[in-house]
Amino acid sequence: MNGTLARFARRIAPQLITLAVVVAMIGIVFPGFFDISIANGRLYGSPVDILNRGAPVALLAIGMTLVIATGGIDLSVGAVMAICGAIAATLIVEGYSLPATLALSLGAGLLCGLWNGILVAVLGIQPIVATLILMVAGRGIAQLVTEGMIRTFSHDGFASLGSGNLLWLPTPVVIWICAGILATLIVRRTALGMLIEAVGINRRASMLAGVNARLLLVTVYMVSGLCAAMAGIIVTADIRGADANNAGLFLELDAILAVVVGGTSLLGGHFSLIASLIGAMIIQAINTGILVAGFPPEFNLVIKACIVLAILVLQSPALQGAAILFSRAKGQP
Amino acid sequence: MTVVSSQSQPLLAAVGLSKTFPGTRALDGVDFELRAGEVHALLGENGAGKSTLIKCLTGAYRRDGGDILLDGASIDPRDTQEAQRLGIGTVYQEVNLLPNLTVAENLLLGRQPRSFGLVSRRETNRTAREMLSRYGLAIDVARALDSYSVAIQQIVAIARAVSLSGKVLILDEPTASLDRDEVRMLFDVVSSLRAQGLGIVFISHFLDQVFDISDRITVLRNGKLVGVREAATLDRTQLINMMLGRELSEETRDRGRGGFDYAQAPRIAFAGTGRAGVIAPFDLSIHRGEVVGMAGLLGSGRTETAELMFAAAPRDGGTVTKDGTPLKLASPRDAIAAGFGFSPEDRKTSGIIGDMSVRENIVLALQARQGWMRPVRLSRQREMADDYIRRLGIRTPDAEKPIGQLSGGNQQKALLARWLATNPEFLILDEPTRGIDVGAHAEIIRMIEELCASGMSLLVISSELDELVTYSHRVVVVRDRVHVAELIGEEITTDSIVAAIAKPSPVQEAGT
Repeated sequence: MNGTLARFARRIAPQLITLAVVVAMIGIVFPGFFDISIANGRLYGSPVDILNRGAPVALLAIGMTLVIATGGIDLSVGAVMAICGAIAATLIVEGYSLPATLALSLGAGLLCGLWNGILVAVLGIQPIVATLILMVAGRGIAQLVTEGMIRTFSHDGFASLGSGNLLWLPTPVVIWICAGILATLIVRRTALGMLIEAVGINRRASMLAGVNARLLLVTVYMVSGLCAAMAGIIVTADIRGADANNAGLFLELDAILAVVVGGTSLLGGHFSLIASLIGAMIIQAINTGILVAGFPPEFNLVIKACIVLAILVLQSPALQGAAILFSRAKGQP
Repeated sequence: MTVVSSQSQPLLAAVGLSKTFPGTRALDGVDFELRAGEVHALLGENGAGKSTLIKCLTGAYRRDGGDILLDGASIDPRDTQEAQRLGIGTVYQEVNLLPNLTVAENLLLGRQPRSFGLVSRRETNRTAREMLSRYGLAIDVARALDSYSVAIQQIVAIARAVSLSGKVLILDEPTASLDRDEVRMLFDVVSSLRAQGLGIVFISHFLDQVFDISDRITVLRNGKLVGVREAATLDRTQLINMMLGRELSEETRDRGRGGFDYAQAPRIAFAGTGRAGVIAPFDLSIHRGEVVGMAGLLGSGRTETAELMFAAAPRDGGTVTKDGTPLKLASPRDAIAAGFGFSPEDRKTSGIIGDMSVRENIVLALQARQGWMRPVRLSRQREMADDYIRRLGIRTPDAEKPIGQLSGGNQQKALLARWLATNPEFLILDEPTRGIDVGAHAEIIRMIEELCASGMSLLVISSELDELVTYSHRVVVVRDRVHVAELIGEEITTDSIVAAIAKPSPVQEAGT
């Protein structure tokens, strides 16, 4: 058991160190960063803010990790967020109960995932192309649902999913942490994780060993759709309205980045959900850090790109090869 | 036929060429000699070292040992471009030109005639037409390459290679996707190049074509040179003996395999199983505790038979029964549920999950059969992995090492362990001993005999005839996608198998 734990620690160490470095850097430019206070029964402060603002990307990263582990990619998650958010807002305005609204919007997410899964696993279309279809079409569907306007609502129960508190934490934080734990348990306490990795590394060999690769692929795309639906619901609840044009815009890229920063190869195979979630927090910490450090907003994207580039260069095989060579050279007289 | 006398200095020679990959010695001190003005066939089964030899000669691989001489001078091409400049050109089975460029552009890419610094289309087309006219080809060179047949594309590829290199031309399975007339057309081109004094290396597994065009034949097996013969003095049977490696010492078999009781009903029976264009419908039944060997040359339909039986490839009809009850096999999952196992020929692409540990690779099939909801507990996985590692003698530091880092023989044993863990009743092994060292080879054969003694039914496909003779109760011979012969008990000798493989196909006799 100890060996497993040590392996896990080694696996997530780079991500934890990166997160620590990013947070420390923000702490240097903005000394007030670590101040946390309790008011109105919840914690306030920049670290809590990172956990809260990072919720959508964290949720997307869970599904994206599983999809990427099979050697695929899901570009449609941002658009699926918009669809599910639009459906949720519309239903609540129409007077549906909260449980019914949630069930139907999550169901819509699953349906989007099923569509992607069928394109990829049954029709054999390349994942990047297959999910691009829904990425483009999805936003249009969301606009049709909201009839081209921003659909606002006033329903405190629904809104609390985005801006309420639970256990001294903002509700979105509790949701993504619970989703993360649940997904990790399902994947690692059953054989699902191993089978997903097997299909990602060698689909043909897995099939010949009796793995139902097709069903597995459809399942991971459905999980990704479900995660996107949750993210869409949170975003909609938070702003008390569905914005078909901007909800989840470009978030698929942040989610992919979170997975990559989390050390899962885009070629598929071994994955770590925890590392991806830390990756999502790294990205949100960068976003928040740039904001609180007081850079002019027009620098945001450039600075973010530079930091991500630095992280990826540090993780690159070329640099790791160089590090090994260097340590060998030192070892020899 | 040969223009240059055999005493002259060889055009291209490899002396004691060696190349090692992790776990396998792909080439072991191989000598090869190509004269100017000859077509020299290079033959051998999969894994014999043909492609490694070619890749060393063309600079795609760097050799580990030995020397390559071109016109008597030692060369060491770093990449294929350098080899091309030195005079060695290659044309592959899959034409590796640019299908959507024109024929002329393909011929002259990178050295198109220019005027005023710009590529001159007219000049390009004129030069290309001239080049092709030498091959008796008058086609519209301004049309896209992929608007022509594969045969024409092959000739364009040859024309390009010859114009770039001009001394040695290597043809790697050029006829694989050509029909009879196209082969004729290609061979006319090859003959005219031979007359011009080029040295041509011809790789093919169509023996008729080899005898048709070649002056000399070099045979490799397991990375070693078996021999060089004049094509005119060699007959089919001798050649197949060389390729499949019958040991000359006439080893008698006294394993007591003769008396298998065929009175009992078979365990598994396939009837009318086949697939149009892949393998002719066949009947095959296997009994409890029986080893059925399957022999045939590369591309004869052996592997296809195995894939059909395991439902890894679609079938046209036919029935499968197990102990008399019909089975519905639509996918490998169904086959596994029925107690089948299949260790495929291509370990790397169809067998191992390279990045996963030995332990995970061993439990994979069992886990897949149980379904994801019922995981094999980690402690049980470790127990199983350690048990099989010990019992099968898998050489690995521990069960957590990625299987891709093991040698071929140990990967093969781990794959065997994967199936043994599912406790199968019928196991198909496709080339279980290919590319593995002698020690592991003997162990795998011992395992096959043990499994069969314990009541398992086995179908073993192998190119090693000695091996088949050792463990088979029955041998099915496949030739040209048809199951042509079945040898039982005392009939099984390497001679009888070779004879069944070598019998020229009836189409051939009628045609010539």
